[in-house]
Amino acid sequence: MSIFGFHYQLERKAIGLVLGIVLVSSIGGLVEIAPLFTIHQTVEDAKDMRLYTPLELAGRNIYIREGCYACHSQMIRTLRDEVDRYGPYSLAVESKYDHPMLWGSKRTGPDLARIGEKYSDQWQVAHLINPRDVVPVSIMPAYDWLLSTDLRTDDLSAHLKAQRAVGVPYTDEMIANAALDAYGQANPDSPRAEGVTKRYGKATTVRPFDGLPGRLTEMDAMVAYLQVLGRLTDAARKPVAQAGAVQ
Amino acid sequence: MAVEERDNHTGYLTTGHEWNGIKELNTPVPRAVYFFLTIAVAFSIGYWILMPAWPLGVTYTRGLLGIDQRNVVAQSLKEAAADRNVWTAKIQSESYAALLADPKMMAIVREVGRPLFGDNCAACHGRDATGGPGFPNLTTTSFLWGGKPDDIFNTIRVGINSAHKDTHVSQMPAFGRDAMLPRGDVLKAATYVYSLSNPGAKNLDPATVAAGKKIFADNCVACHGDNAKGNPELGAPDLTDRFWIYGGSLDAIDTSVWGGRQGHMPSWEGRLSELDRKILTLYLLDKRTQTP
Repeated sequence: MSIFGFHYQLERKAIGLVLGIVLVSSIGGLVEIAPLFTIHQTVEDAKDMRLYTPLELAGRNIYIREGCYACHSQMIRTLRDEVDRYGPYSLAVESKYDHPMLWGSKRTGPDLARIGEKYSDQWQVAHLINPRDVVPVSIMPAYDWLLSTDLRTDDLSAHLKAQRAVGVPYTDEMIANAALDAYGQANPDSPRAEGVTKRYGKATTVRPFDGLPGRLTEMDAMVAYLQVLGRLTDAARKPVAQAGAVQ
Repeated sequence: MAVEERDNHTGYLTTGHEWNGIKELNTPVPRAVYFFLTIAVAFSIGYWILMPAWPLGVTYTRGLLGIDQRNVVAQSLKEAAADRNVWTAKIQSESYAALLADPKMMAIVREVGRPLFGDNCAACHGRDATGGPGFPNLTTTSFLWGGKPDDIFNTIRVGINSAHKDTHVSQMPAFGRDAMLPRGDVLKAATYVYSLSNPGAKNLDPATVAAGKKIFADNCVACHGDNAKGNPELGAPDLTDRFWIYGGSLDAIDTSVWGGRQGHMPSWEGRLSELDRKILTLYLLDKRTQTP
């Protein structure tokens, strides 16, 4: 057999065999991953897609720091039961500014892709302080120190800059005002609040997330982030709204 | 290199390697392997033609079957809705009174309502809708914004102090913290309010209660009413009954008068269909008849 005859010869040439192995094992990536960068349909268009504010980004960093992704996914798959339980399936564009993405596949707790504004701030705060207070059967750890720890804001500009380096379109003005915007978003009565909606859009929620106006805690950042999950764009609601119309 | 040496016993070639007089046979690949390899190649060619497969620069081959998982989901949701249509149509068209009187429909409401309530409402109101500190018990007859079916349905739709444009809005001012009343007056008012739901309480100073009544008349009746029976138009609770969201002890009432209260319930219009919200309303009305 000739293909085995060719292999017979290849096995006797070390460099040739190594090159052959590299070539064959890269086929999967070349065919399945590389084209996603050029195919137009990979990432949907969403004109209303907005950026994470500095406070939400800080909350995202805390989410990563505390390892929330180990038990919570942020990805609703294109399956009927997932859509029934969690809402419209996730679109690629919704993770456009997620660096790194936090999709995950391990669900010890529920998926959080559409948790934004599903529950009140008070509930989120009470639940993070001690999950058993509101959900008696919960096995989630308590994160009560978030409320007593002041949020570090001096490095927020650097975080925004790092995000810009990987393609998130933060402007110089956003980077320069990162720390002030983080404060303003959690303090609606402060003079800083106005700048947040001006820079990040009217859809941005400005309120004292942790219930303690005047103080900027890690709880503010965490709840601000949780309340924006699935709400950066309305794109995902459109296809399912059509499907739901027949109900 | 390759040494052509045939093994006399089997008739196969050897690899030409020899270890202490033992030679290795170069047995040909079994025919079954070629057979399955051919099937696998044929299957993949068929798959490439029928299913989305090949990248073509900025687009890709869609496949003759035109299968897209997003359409599959939309279709399965459509089919599920059609399957449920037997009873959903009835829930959508009939009145609350008729549905509540129909044991067959209420059995469905209980079955469908439980996971719906569990996925969306139980986080705050508890698995059995009995609430918790700061989150109202929904099995009682005391509803801040009205307990009639249409009231409950509307509250689920717009929420309380939510982002919905028609949201219920209410706020209990922080009489103590915002210095609207001196510290002593807060406690007097709280004592009077406590006495309303605890008419037999013996450890209360009648003078304090009387002073509290005066403070209540000056500051609280606008929302809670002259007789403190509350006002569902404003979401002001009845202070004379035994149902409390933030606690009915003197201490808890004092905390509420001092720091104010502003509950928040999200709007469910954008998240749950009208049908789902009607099922939830029926589910709650049913819960209430179970726990008077």
